Amino acid sequence: MNHWLTAPVLVPALLGPLMILWMRHDLLQQRVFGIIGSILTLGVALKLNAMAMGGEVIVYRLGNWSAPFGIVLMLDRLSAMMLLLTALLALVVQLYGIGSGWDRKGWHFHSLWMFQVMGLNGAFLTGDAFNLFVFFEVLLIASYGLMIHGGGPMRLRAGVQYINYNLAGSALFLAALGTLYAVTGTLNMADMAERVAMMPTEDTALLRTGAVLLLLVFAIKAAIFPLHFWLPSTYANAPGPVAALFAIMSKVGVYAIIRFFTLVFPNDSVVESIATDLILPAALITLTLGQIGVLGTRSLTRLAAYASIASIGTLMIVIARFDGQGLTAGLYYLIHSTLAGAALFLVVDLIAARRGGDFWLRLRPAILNTGLISALFFATAIAVAGLPPLSGFFGKLMILNATQDDPWMATIWTVILATSLIAIIGFARAGSILFWKSHEMDPEPGNDTDEGERPRRGPIPTKLETDEPIQDVGDSASPALAFVATGTLLAGSVALTLFAGPITSYLQQTADQLTQPELYYESVLRQQEGSR
Amino acid sequence: MELLVATAIGACTAAGIYLILRLRTFAVVLGMTMLTYAINAFLFVSGRLVVNKPPILHGHGEVHLADYTDPLPQALVLTAIVISFGMTAVVVMMSLGAFIEGGDDRINMPKDDRIMPPLKTIDDTKPEDETA
Repeated sequence: MNHWLTAPVLVPALLGPLMILWMRHDLLQQRVFGIIGSILTLGVALKLNAMAMGGEVIVYRLGNWSAPFGIVLMLDRLSAMMLLLTALLALVVQLYGIGSGWDRKGWHFHSLWMFQVMGLNGAFLTGDAFNLFVFFEVLLIASYGLMIHGGGPMRLRAGVQYINYNLAGSALFLAALGTLYAVTGTLNMADMAERVAMMPTEDTALLRTGAVLLLLVFAIKAAIFPLHFWLPSTYANAPGPVAALFAIMSKVGVYAIIRFFTLVFPNDSVVESIATDLILPAALITLTLGQIGVLGTRSLTRLAAYASIASIGTLMIVIARFDGQGLTAGLYYLIHSTLAGAALFLVVDLIAARRGGDFWLRLRPAILNTGLISALFFATAIAVAGLPPLSGFFGKLMILNATQDDPWMATIWTVILATSLIAIIGFARAGSILFWKSHEMDPEPGNDTDEGERPRRGPIPTKLETDEPIQDVGDSASPALAFVATGTLLAGSVALTLFAGPITSYLQQTADQLTQPELYYESVLRQQEGSR
Repeated sequence: MELLVATAIGACTAAGIYLILRLRTFAVVLGMTMLTYAINAFLFVSGRLVVNKPPILHGHGEVHLADYTDPLPQALVLTAIVISFGMTAVVVMMSLGAFIEGGDDRINMPKDDRIMPPLKTIDDTKPEDETA
């Protein structure tokens, strides 16, 4: 047994409570331990990637109970990749949280961060459907805390909507699991997959119901039309770094869809192509709605939120094929859209902080560091909209290529290309309002120049400042750190472009592994003591 | 008995969904509680309804599976109850917070979330009125 598999859950699970119990009044210690925790998680994720590289499915049996009875953790290439992406994003965005001063805006930022990472890692590793529900709850509870970090009436109200939406989603998840358990008599994913594969075709009504319920739950998490309504208010009202971390949270839904509908309900099983038939039209509408939102919104934070809805739409169009080529393109776009989407939220936060918390798209006098920030906004917009030379362009190219022989090909290509244009116009409009036209305005006397809004110098402050729900550049602890963190995410997009060849061939192997469910049966059920 | 349990679950779910669709947080919290009750009962019966049979192995000698009920749904429903209890507490606290800070208990976002406030008021009043 390989105990490394428990480390991505255990490391944050130990550090999170430690921060609350031992250092709740000392932000400096929380920061140090938070960063240490993120770096350790990153190290573990790298180690697990090296282990998963071999192509076998590594299984960890909790308490050494044999497979269909006990809970298993399983590590394949996909989960290792998701762990690495989560660890990278969490570390970089946590640094931004420190640099921008957001972690001083409320209590327990860093320990909630650890719990969030723990829930994400657990959801990516588990091989048990009910355990997936439990980890979903862990990451949701942490996200409720993070979402309302800093407080304020708007954020709390958006938080109430977010919690209620997700509670209803959790209820649906339990209903789905109950239905599937009643039909298959197991909750272990590999065991369930094998039983579904052996099921007679004529008696599958309940099984199909369970599969669609499960799809709905994951669609809520991923924010696919018509279940995306929670996302704009939530992401737009969440603190910048938290919204950036949420970029990976909607990908948990995508991951769960990939996991269940390649392993348990593949397109050639008794439920047939139920997932493809439902997801593809929904994804096309999601993409269109998202990009129209980018063009139509008058708020900067909503612009980023709609951009992330659009990226989910693009992603699901190609994931819906559930074949090798489609999954390869989808996974590439998944990595890209996580990095670029998070970067967009951080840039938006940088801008809003320099406008005294005003996130509306309207003319204001030129902001501090306008040159650097406009360059960052420009690069991020290019990445998100999918223009060359950044990875969004390659991602979309691969998606168009993968859908070449699809019966829906004409519709898919039209929608992707037309909505890309809409997004470009939307970003150009936002950029010109924010940066070009602002130069024409005279700086208003007495405004934007008082002491509070200048970036501070000297050592990084460690005092909590919980009196104001909004955050401006005067609160920024270390603007340089915030810029470095944002730049790192963009550098990730550049690296994704430069190393597109090796990354694509690795993702190709990942997709091949996903399309062979026998591998999972073999590792989870057969290779154990006393197995058949 | 099947009819009774199924009707109870159905009625609870219907009431829960009706309440969730209300526009005040109090009704929604109640609806969420009803819904989780219904779901918990549903989860419990997913291992089939049986009467007077233990879930845990007892005695010695020969074991007939027909003498036992499925223990797994009982364990699942226990987990689900604990989680939904905790979640209800969280949503009550959040609703209270939103009520106290926002002034009313409406679910939908106030107009300020959608409509751009004029620039003047933002500069005059200090950032308390804004959202970030």
